[in-house]
Amino acid sequence: MKVLVAVKRVVDYNVKVRVKADNSGVDLANVKMSMNPFCEIAVEEAVRLKEKGVVTEVVVVSIGPSAAQEQLRTALALGGDRAILVETEAELGSLAVAKLLKAVVDQEQPQLVILGKQAIDSDNNQTGQMLAALTGFTQGTFISKVEVAGDSLNITREIDGGLQSLALKLPAILTTDLRLNEPRYASLPNIMKAKKKPLDVLTPEALGVSVASSLELLKVEAPEERKPGIKVASVAELVEKLKNEAKVI
Amino acid sequence: MAILVIAEHNNSALNSATLNTVAAASAIGGDIHLLVAGAGCAAVAEAAAKIAGVSKVLLADDAAYAHQLPENIAPLVAGLAKAYGHVLAPATTNGKNYLPCVAALLDVDQISEIIAVLAADTFKRPIYAGNAIATVRSSAAIKVISVRTTAFDPVAAEGGSAAVEAVAAQGAAGKTTFISEEIAKSDRPDLGSARIVVSGGRGMLSSENFQLLYALADKLGAAVGASRAAVDAGFVPNDLQVGQTGKIVAPDLYIAVGISGAIQHLAGMKDSKVIVAINKDPDAPIFQVADYGLVADLFEAVPELDKAV
Repeated sequence: MKVLVAVKRVVDYNVKVRVKADNSGVDLANVKMSMNPFCEIAVEEAVRLKEKGVVTEVVVVSIGPSAAQEQLRTALALGGDRAILVETEAELGSLAVAKLLKAVVDQEQPQLVILGKQAIDSDNNQTGQMLAALTGFTQGTFISKVEVAGDSLNITREIDGGLQSLALKLPAILTTDLRLNEPRYASLPNIMKAKKKPLDVLTPEALGVSVASSLELLKVEAPEERKPGIKVASVAELVEKLKNEAKVI
Repeated sequence: MAILVIAEHNNSALNSATLNTVAAASAIGGDIHLLVAGAGCAAVAEAAAKIAGVSKVLLADDAAYAHQLPENIAPLVAGLAKAYGHVLAPATTNGKNYLPCVAALLDVDQISEIIAVLAADTFKRPIYAGNAIATVRSSAAIKVISVRTTAFDPVAAEGGSAAVEAVAAQGAAGKTTFISEEIAKSDRPDLGSARIVVSGGRGMLSSENFQLLYALADKLGAAVGASRAAVDAGFVPNDLQVGQTGKIVAPDLYIAVGISGAIQHLAGMKDSKVIVAINKDPDAPIFQVADYGLVADLFEAVPELDKAV
């Protein structure tokens, strides 16, 4: 079975972003960029399925600028077999990304597509679900466990009240939650090997996909700052403040 | 054009997230219709008909909708959506699951987790874990929107008298089989809508020590939450996680115990009205958002707090 894993280049999760002075966006100049953490989990799961022998090939795909090749090389170092970059400098919405991924799915014909449940920059949490709707594949979002059982998958999903178990007929789209696995680190020999693995570059035009969006970003602002708080010296003082000043208990 | 709101429920009771979502619809303005899709959910439709501001309830009662599977719910909603200018759902794990499918079927972009309505086509939404707030305008014919429920005060659950109209089910795709659900049962208030939340982090050190927080929570009538670190360490189940990718909460009082305050955690709780932090590390980032910070050993402070309230 062939697996397609989508990865996104995003600002590193440890970076506290700043809004640009002209409110046109956040300042990404000289900021550390990494693979979206949920996408790392997706790559790891695909590689584990290959190590178990149920998957034969792991293809990683990213949609983004030329620099996203770095994240694809990382995914190859973690165990991906080959990579595809759909290169575009445009800031794409989730629907456009899902349409591009659909075009890649049509070319590659994977039985399984694994994505992160959301990217930590746009926080949309849409792409996997949209891809499922566009392809007609079954959909398992926010998964914390997956097992391949013949021509279907048994999955566990993290939902508001607890956990949900479903059986999905293949082909399927999965999106990862945090507790699916703990991604490995790439070893130096694997990083070296990854440099020689195939990486194809496509364009939205070549895939025949329009990436127009109905959404216009008008401005980006910093959130309202909380008023500075105080330190209390004791539990007694804390309770007094909560009762008489904040009046919340 | 009227607004279609998708009700959140468990087939027997309406989830209060629906009330916050109707509030967001009211802010957009226009006739509000509520879709109740489920199985054996007539009682939910009756409750929905009483929600203030709802003018019509659409009831799709069919086995296909029992577990809210997107492969069945999304085509139903997409079919109905063509008569509306907006489709709104709460940004619960359920809403997040099916709503993007609806948007894709309609070939429109989705606007996720709005926190404010500026105009019928212009909304604010948090990005980068709430470290930036984007204002976006949509030119889509049908605006598909998920609503961050904590950002909108709920409308009254009583007072309305909408008509309930049955809509035809669209059949089942039959490719996904529901197996089971483990829903945590608790007598404590729901984490997403509780007035007070007591949360623990890695500093709790063990699952057993969370008993301290459960005891305090019961005294305060509070819900219990946790940081990702505490969930990853196995102290508590995933449904307690507060943060960018867990639950977003905004209670009147949030008490963070042994939580350092990673960006991802702050994203889930920094809109709380009053924040208390108890941590032995005076440099913990959680103190930067706390209204009242107590630098103390939680194993002494929490039992003392439990006695004092």
